[in-house]
Amino acid sequence: MISKKIQIKLLEEMLKIRLTEEMIAKKYYEQKMRCPIHLSIGQEATATGVCFGLKDSDKVFSAHRSHAHYIAKGGSIKSLLSELHGKISGCAKGLGGSMHLLDLNKGFSGAVPIVGSSIPIATGTAWANKLKKLNDLVIIFLGDGATEEGVFFESLDFASLKKLKILFVCENNFFSVYSPIDKRQSKKRNLCKIANSLGIKSTFIDGNDIENIYLKTKQIKKYIKKNSEPFFLLLNTFRYIEHCGPNNDDHLKYRNINTIKFWEKKCPIVNYQKKLIKRKILDHKKLTKLKKKIFNTLIKSFKYAEEQNFPTKKILNEFIDA
Amino acid sequence: MLKKIKKYSEVIKETLDYNLKKNKKVVLMGLGVDDPKGIFGTTLNLHKKYKNRVFDLPTAENGFTGFALGLSINGMFPVITHQRVEFSLLAFEQFVNQIAKWNFMTGGKVSNPMIIRLIIGRGWGQGPQHSQSLEILFSHIPGVNVLTPSTPQSVRGLFNSSFKEKKPTIIFEHRWLHETYGNSPKLNYFTKIGKAKILKSGSDITLVGFSYSVINCLESAKILKKFNISAEVIDLQSLRPLDINTILKSAKKTKNIIIVDNGWSFYGISAEISAQVAEKLCNLKNLKIDRLGNKNTPMPSTKSLAKLCYVNPYDIVVSAEKMLNKKFKNLKKFKLKEYYADQPNKNFLGPF
Repeated sequence: MISKKIQIKLLEEMLKIRLTEEMIAKKYYEQKMRCPIHLSIGQEATATGVCFGLKDSDKVFSAHRSHAHYIAKGGSIKSLLSELHGKISGCAKGLGGSMHLLDLNKGFSGAVPIVGSSIPIATGTAWANKLKKLNDLVIIFLGDGATEEGVFFESLDFASLKKLKILFVCENNFFSVYSPIDKRQSKKRNLCKIANSLGIKSTFIDGNDIENIYLKTKQIKKYIKKNSEPFFLLLNTFRYIEHCGPNNDDHLKYRNINTIKFWEKKCPIVNYQKKLIKRKILDHKKLTKLKKKIFNTLIKSFKYAEEQNFPTKKILNEFIDA
Repeated sequence: MLKKIKKYSEVIKETLDYNLKKNKKVVLMGLGVDDPKGIFGTTLNLHKKYKNRVFDLPTAENGFTGFALGLSINGMFPVITHQRVEFSLLAFEQFVNQIAKWNFMTGGKVSNPMIIRLIIGRGWGQGPQHSQSLEILFSHIPGVNVLTPSTPQSVRGLFNSSFKEKKPTIIFEHRWLHETYGNSPKLNYFTKIGKAKILKSGSDITLVGFSYSVINCLESAKILKKFNISAEVIDLQSLRPLDINTILKSAKKTKNIIIVDNGWSFYGISAEISAQVAEKLCNLKNLKIDRLGNKNTPMPSTKSLAKLCYVNPYDIVVSAEKMLNKKFKNLKKFKLKEYYADQPNKNFLGPF
């Protein structure tokens, strides 16, 4: 059973991601956030469920679509928005943009947009933990496309060999940009079995079922720590808007309308709200209040980001080496 | 103080040993670092002395370069070794996108010090994929040091300095240099990164080399001396950062400069240096620049063709003769020795 408090918290975390992403999308046209963005709308449950309850010393790595993971790990919203605005107060001082988030205080260690490339870096972090005799976890979020990369296999292989405390989380949203999974992978391919064949235990969970993800990953984290073994988790989910940018792109018809409708019905947030209202843990008034609270914080954070200074030439001089 | 003569490869091993001992965060990794041959002797038996800090690895170059970065951003100091430069190309993504940029991408918050040792092959049939140097590929990327020690002294000093760096450092080791001997400074000797060294001063012509091409420059300077030409030999030591000032100073003095590449000169290190010398000394009257490199083909394995492809001291002397408008008498007798393109010395009997 999940306590009422945690149920509300799970919803709140997902809402925080959704509302942040929606406000970014809404304000993107203003041309103040001038960097490519890969929004996580629709994929809030995977990030929230997996990251819930992690300690700051546990480390999370991600890829191009990293906002949800960053927020779920407790990353500062002000630093995130500042980074998108290219400001000195950004988490990477404006040098990285949306695709290079980090919050070291919260254990969000990094994200890179080259598909699969953060997997070995996360694996190396788990190796460092082992060499330093630390009991912390490392979580690496990767997409279905990343499982086609060589480093995916190289990293699983090594994590298995060295018995590293790392959780590989594959969020399968069925598309690598516009390329559907059935054009990229054989129908006979079985990711969980691939992990198993490398000596790594695995589980598949519906990626939009927040409670199940939370409960099962809680056990998985315990398993990893107790046995000092890596684990592979596969979560099917769906992004609601375009691969890169703030808009809906369903008019391009690269995704089947029935598939879209199927996943719309499975919205992790709408369904969980309904569930909590049905359980009488939440009512509409409380929900509105919750959203309002998040909304107001966001307004303040955007204002903060907009008011900050741009970095000056001085910072570049620190990096010139020729 | 008595100077100690030691083998280049032995100096590397001593220096790695010294830094492993001094800094518990240092780990050595790479295919075969703990094998019975110990990377041409440079890591031999270190795994016995530093258990759990010297790691053989799976053949997964891009993966393990990422693992090393993971170690580095978590406070360790990894040293990766590739027995030939060519294997590291599998790790080029991690190197260019991640390692060279991690400090920058984190707004300077996270440093990722590490050493990547890349070994260049030459001669004895190494052929197209075991004889490339490719320094230019690595030197092009901001965010890393690229070093090319050419003597036991500089290999000691540059390794020690790299272990003090916050930046990742690439160290090119030429396989033939492993077999050379020279003065070996004390264990805690440092060489400043980003400084070239004048190995021999002269007044008529400047010869610029790095890594093994320095040996060629020194050899050709000896021949030139027989024709009463005084050559200044500059060892770059560091390709990035590049000490252009030492080169400019010498070029101003001699007004004749030959830059000798270790690989192809087309788009090579010599191209960058020639361009900078030309740009910065364009008002200098009678300045002459030439550059030499390997033939612009993949390197053939057979010695009958390989000797036509590698730059050798004779080529440098011929270039100098032309540049200085001289006619050297009986130059042909200095034509390279038969073994030159094929063996580091007469005792070398392969295989790699």
